Amino acid sequence: MDPLYREIILEHWQHPQNYGVLKNADIDVVENNPLCGDAIRLTIRLEDKKIKEVLFSGDGCAISKASASLFTEEIKGASLEEIKKIKEKDVLNLLGIELTPARTKCALLILRTLQKGIKLKH
Amino acid sequence: MKNDFPIFKTYPDLVYLDSSATSQKPQAVIDAVSQFYSSKNANIHRGIYDLSQMATDLYENTRKKAAGFIGVKDSSQIIFTTGATEALNMVAFGWAKKILQKGDIIVLSEMEHHANIVPWQQLKKSNGVELYFLPLDKEYRLDYKKVEDLPAQKVKLLSLSHISNVLGTVNPLEEIIPFFKKKNPEIKVCIDAAQSVPHFQLNVEQLDCDFLTFSSHKMLGPAGVGVLYARKELLEVMDPLIFGGSMITQVTKEDATWAEIPDKFEAGTRNTEGVAGFGAAIDYLHQIGFKKIQEREEAITRYALEMFGRQKDVRLFGPAIADNRIGVFSFAIANVHPHDVAEILNRSHIAVRTGHHCAMPLMKVLGVFGTARASFYLYNTREDIDRLQEGIEEVKKTFNV
Repeated sequence: MDPLYREIILEHWQHPQNYGVLKNADIDVVENNPLCGDAIRLTIRLEDKKIKEVLFSGDGCAISKASASLFTEEIKGASLEEIKKIKEKDVLNLLGIELTPARTKCALLILRTLQKGIKLKH
Repeated sequence: MKNDFPIFKTYPDLVYLDSSATSQKPQAVIDAVSQFYSSKNANIHRGIYDLSQMATDLYENTRKKAAGFIGVKDSSQIIFTTGATEALNMVAFGWAKKILQKGDIIVLSEMEHHANIVPWQQLKKSNGVELYFLPLDKEYRLDYKKVEDLPAQKVKLLSLSHISNVLGTVNPLEEIIPFFKKKNPEIKVCIDAAQSVPHFQLNVEQLDCDFLTFSSHKMLGPAGVGVLYARKELLEVMDPLIFGGSMITQVTKEDATWAEIPDKFEAGTRNTEGVAGFGAAIDYLHQIGFKKIQEREEAITRYALEMFGRQKDVRLFGPAIADNRIGVFSFAIANVHPHDVAEILNRSHIAVRTGHHCAMPLMKVLGVFGTARASFYLYNTREDIDRLQEGIEEVKKTFNV
């Protein structure tokens, strides 16, 4: 089996979860990966300071797309307080693969997008 | 020829396909830099002592070599810069800022590197000049005649790359420059030759361009050295951008006067060791000979185009035929992201560049965020292309293409 492009990664790349754009979103934010120019748009609807719905979109590599797919699945229902405590390693653990520094940036793009969105909200 | 490049001894498995970003260095260049430090190192233009004179001679002889390299007779028209980017900035802010006025038009193209876009955008903000981008045609060539709507008398500058660093397209300057000069004899032409001097023998006097810029590191020399060529009368009016030592004749507490060209543009202590290496790179290229380099590269380009032509699900962004094209191949494999392509290729020690290649406006025209790019130079072989083909097959296998 490929050490990086494991089945779960390829599965989420080809069929990403939570892919799209929410209408009337409370958070609507775009963040770029300056290394490659890729951008993720993240839209979130909140309810009682919790993530009610979340969708992401954008062209990304397999790593960034799989990471966004897994991560958005993970944060559904989480409170904003919980979101603020998320660490980089939590995102990397979801992927469960060894990444070079350059590819780590791809994996963390979704987290940086979310953090930017939360910051703009406040 | 690979034997001349120590990096391939250090990494025998390396398939280096990123020469458009920077070239590898032959032993002769490495030796020239090293020998400068061990036997010639002193600050130039300052000392009376022998060592300083030796360093000065080497520096000024390299200026003459660089002049000869692009067919310039008077070497005072060669300004050493940190690279093509700085040279283009000097044209924009030392010359155009002073001479061009609000409403004047600068013609660029959709295939420009950011180095030949961003300075002009900044100039637009301060001077109110207009920018016009020559479009591409379906064969990824420049549709340079698409300027009917422009008032010719307002077009004061054409600033154009000789070769696209993304598409490999060679722009036919011998047609384009006369086309524009006929429309407006007053127009000035600036050529970004960073991608072409490694591959072709240029002659600026034949080309009839007014400015020409390039970098040493893409033509086997060290980084941090580049050249701005300009006609003498333009250099005379052009303002220096960097002020300080060695660029003056007189300094009082109140003011200063500038030295003659080229010194006026070379303030501070220059990258002398880099210039020594640059001189060795010019010697090396002449020793191989551009005729031989071109023959070799053309054969490689044809071989690579055949390989790409056989590949299903691989899209090539660039001319499909070898005429007026060099070995720069931007490509996409089905819907696999360029980063993923490069990751798989890297496992087979194949080095390609991915992303927007400092040409984001071109990416928009192509309708992509980025591409994978394999770029070839004189040390590459057919075997490198075979290895690239195997790598592409591996990408397809991994991603079930």
